Amino acid sequence: MADFFLGHYAYWFTIILLCIGLYGILFKKNLIKKTIGLAILQISVVMYFVSVASKWDATVPVLDPNIPVDQVANYLNPLPHTLMLTAIVVGVATLGVAFTLLIAVYNRYETLDEEELIDKIQ
Amino acid sequence: MIESHLPAYIALTFLLFSVLIPAFGIWRDELSQPLAVIGSGLAAGFSIYGFYSYLQLGSIRYFFGGWEPPIGIEFVYDGLSGFFALVINTVAFFVIIHSNKISKREFPGKEMPYYALAMLMMLGFNGMVLTGDLFNLYVFLEIASLAGYAIIAIGDRQAPYAAFRYLIIGTAGGTLYLLGVGFLYTVTGTLNIIDMSAMLPQFAGSTAVVAALILMIVGIGVKAALFPMHGWLPDSYTYASSSSTALIAPIGTKVAAYILFRIILWLFGVELTDAVVPFTYIVGVLACIGILYGSIMAIAQSEMKRMLAYSSVSQIGYIIMGLSLANPWGFAGALLHVLNHAIMKAALFMISGQIRFKEGHSSVNMFDDTYRKKYPWTMAAFTVTAISMVGLPPLAGFFSKWYLALGTIDNSNWLFLAVILISSLLNAVYFFRILEKVYMMNPDKGQKEAADAERDEFSGSMLWPTSILAFSLIVIGFANAIIVGVLLNIFPM
Amino acid sequence: MDLSLVPLLAVLVSLIAVVPILLSSDKPNLRETWTILAAFIKFGLVLLLVPGAIEGKSVELHLVDLAPGMPLALNADPLGVFFAVIASGLWIFTSFYSIGYVRGAGEHKQTRYFASFAVCLSATIGIAFSANLLTFVLFYEILTVATYPLVIHNEGKEAINAGRKYLAFTLTAGLLLVAGSAMVYIYTGSIDFTPGGLFSGIELPHTAMLVLFIIFLGAVGVKAGIMPIHSWLPAAMAAPTPVSALLHAVAVVKSGVFAVIRVAGYVFGTETMGNYGLDDILIVIAGATIILASLIAFAQDNLKQRLAYSTVGHLSYIVLGVALLTPFGMQGGIMHIAAHATLKITLFFCAGAIYVNLKRKNISQLNGIAKSMPWTMAAFTIGSMGLAGIPPINGFFSKWTLALGSLDGDMVIPVIVLVVSGLLNVGYFFPIIYRAYFKPPEGLEGYGEASPLMVVPIMVTAILSVLFGFFPNLFFGLYDLAVNISLSLF
Repeated sequence: MADFFLGHYAYWFTIILLCIGLYGILFKKNLIKKTIGLAILQISVVMYFVSVASKWDATVPVLDPNIPVDQVANYLNPLPHTLMLTAIVVGVATLGVAFTLLIAVYNRYETLDEEELIDKIQ
Repeated sequence: MIESHLPAYIALTFLLFSVLIPAFGIWRDELSQPLAVIGSGLAAGFSIYGFYSYLQLGSIRYFFGGWEPPIGIEFVYDGLSGFFALVINTVAFFVIIHSNKISKREFPGKEMPYYALAMLMMLGFNGMVLTGDLFNLYVFLEIASLAGYAIIAIGDRQAPYAAFRYLIIGTAGGTLYLLGVGFLYTVTGTLNIIDMSAMLPQFAGSTAVVAALILMIVGIGVKAALFPMHGWLPDSYTYASSSSTALIAPIGTKVAAYILFRIILWLFGVELTDAVVPFTYIVGVLACIGILYGSIMAIAQSEMKRMLAYSSVSQIGYIIMGLSLANPWGFAGALLHVLNHAIMKAALFMISGQIRFKEGHSSVNMFDDTYRKKYPWTMAAFTVTAISMVGLPPLAGFFSKWYLALGTIDNSNWLFLAVILISSLLNAVYFFRILEKVYMMNPDKGQKEAADAERDEFSGSMLWPTSILAFSLIVIGFANAIIVGVLLNIFPM
Repeated sequence: MDLSLVPLLAVLVSLIAVVPILLSSDKPNLRETWTILAAFIKFGLVLLLVPGAIEGKSVELHLVDLAPGMPLALNADPLGVFFAVIASGLWIFTSFYSIGYVRGAGEHKQTRYFASFAVCLSATIGIAFSANLLTFVLFYEILTVATYPLVIHNEGKEAINAGRKYLAFTLTAGLLLVAGSAMVYIYTGSIDFTPGGLFSGIELPHTAMLVLFIIFLGAVGVKAGIMPIHSWLPAAMAAPTPVSALLHAVAVVKSGVFAVIRVAGYVFGTETMGNYGLDDILIVIAGATIILASLIAFAQDNLKQRLAYSTVGHLSYIVLGVALLTPFGMQGGIMHIAAHATLKITLFFCAGAIYVNLKRKNISQLNGIAKSMPWTMAAFTIGSMGLAGIPPINGFFSKWTLALGSLDGDMVIPVIVLVVSGLLNVGYFFPIIYRAYFKPPEGLEGYGEASPLMVVPIMVTAILSVLFGFFPNLFFGLYDLAVNISLSLF
């Protein structure tokens, strides 16, 4: 049992992060906090990809004269990392758009609390 | 030679114009819309030619930079991709022509960013439809979504908040999809759809694959507004400007539906999808609930745009129900409904935009029989479209329901059949309500007003796109056997 | 002579006429000329098909595919031609009468009225000539939509509610028809109307067959006015009287009973009907409708409402004839399509003439009007006697055949139903005639007969009813047609 939890601790970490993010999105009333929740959610997925690609005793995927190319196992898999670079960029862009929208919302209603906002809209 | 590059051309056209429009727009703002028309026209032309050459020569796989998968990224132009690209680009072309005057009225001075974003969004949609790579699909999904949030935020006072809500839930959906892709990648070691679909059967029943399937269906279900993940849609469509809604509504949810088709029928295949839990049936039941819920909510609305938004929730249900039937008739019905509903929803939102343009509102309660005198052709187009939405022959809307009905009976799925029938009646309620108002004198007001009304038809840039879309429904109705003949060949099983 | 395009032209001629009708909306005389012209051409085209139909031949025409393997196809078979002759023939009279009526009553939106009427006739002929279920659905729904503007023509509260009710019933029916057709296609692999049915050699569980039959019954039963789904018909009397006369006594409701014949004889087939016991259901429903509708008719003071309930009852005569599953029964049912059409159109024409002339709608206001409107009331008397089944008017003949049919099938109850219903018919028509002829007139000084545009069609249809009673084969061999059709189904 302990093995099951400890052996997959990276996954558990990801899952806990994912849940924190979802909690923020669903239950926080402040729109900024919702956005933070969203960021945490995205980061959890990034962490997942990175953790999948990592392995012990392997080096960065840059050709090292000490390690022959045919010993592929000694290099990290570069693909998830590159993918996550893109995903992080997407995440940053999303946050940018989110904050832009929030500025527009704040300018119009002068509040970022969801309940107050809904009151003011109606 | 052009054929082999077509998939790239379609996407690159939008990319090119999303750069050209700001470049020229800074110099001359009024050039934005014509440039957008040219861009979407070119892309529509490429898609038409592409689908034609698909029919002649078969699928095209385009490897970017000549790198073959699994190393490189490819665009796959097969029947499904080609069909969706054809539908979304053609409809977008008409909507962008139509938006000329409305954009100047509803967000003066912001045409340049609007059209640049529209091109970017279309790039995202086309990329999603054409790409053969799951991660690439995610990137295009986010491109389209980010541009979409911005486009929705251009609109009424409440629009930014509606867009923000969409952003939160949409990005969460996208992230869940990405996590699903991650699971599949760890299991199979590839991101290419064709490669992966060849490998997946080895992992049938694996927890990771099932979890990935759930995450992907939920994530894309948000984008497709599949019940109960539709919450963002009504507000976004209602508060966005009329031209934004007309652009996003017919296209956005369809592309998400495309991803579901790709995942369930191509990537996993029905057998693998249903290996552990009968997912197709669950998705179908959700679609059914969405159909009824959307129709009932649409009846309760008095604002035309909101009514149409709820109707979209209901109509996307038809498409996903057809997918969940997973037999040739259901498949053909669903894809035919993609075409029909894209045309019908575009036309209806365009008409609601036109009414806002002239009357300053689109509240159904304030419609009266002067409209019939003032806008005879627009109202004729509305009538044709509404009757097609209700699903009366010989208009196109009838036939998608006919094939869906055949599909449900083929599976002996009486629940779904009953839902199709009931929802048609509900559609009739909310569309005939408007027709009654427009074509009959108000018993309380008398006939005087209508008699005094002068003809005040819309200008050609609005009237032509609307009329062409509306009356094409008659043509599609009579030509549907040809279209369905092609669609039945696309069915993967 | 090559007749293959004639069915198509017969369908299209009134549809094409809509364009000039709409274009000449501000020149009433020209506009009505188009209607009359289309009516005559349509009737002429249909008559071209009669000689072939009497010989039992059909004219088939495949147009585009509506769906893969399901073409838009017309087939002018004897049954279709029979129905088309009646519908298009009576359209001529109704057109003249309509002109008199809408002008006499000063109706608004006359262009919409005539245009919708023309579309309705196209759809009716389309229904008559449909070769398969999908084509049938197409025209059935067009008829639904095209009738709607006529039902709500007055645009008052009552008319709008009637329109909603009408749509609710007929759209539901249309959807059931779609579902039923789709089921037939999946089960049998065909949707073509075939004498003897599509189910020969196909074994279905009894419940499946029953459900399918009930779906079809709901689909065609609404327009055929069988109880308890008849209630749109009395409500639709809010429409102008020519609409009630042609559509709600001939075209729309007869499309319904025509559909019953098509479904029973050409989709299920008489043999299958008998094997699965479907005929019993139909007999019970039709019998109950005949009696109940006649009883309800007693309670109506509004003349058109009373006629509407009478229509409900008489439509079920035809359904009953089909349900008997004997050649005589079928023949009687088909004959009653013609008989009831001429008789009921006469009665509605009379009601309309009284309304336009005297602005009176209720039976209690009709005291002594026979002195002012002798011709109209004479025609009314003929029509009532015919419907009550008094010889020698044509209603008697079809009723007689129906009775023969039920005895043929060793059934006595239908005969009793027919006799009782005949008495009830006398019961609810006689007071009207009595009032008109024998009660002293009230406030009728200075009122004469209605305009000749209305009276002449009334007289012609009344005379036709009598002539058909004496010589059922006189015009167009309708009797021979009915015999041929019923024999082809057994």
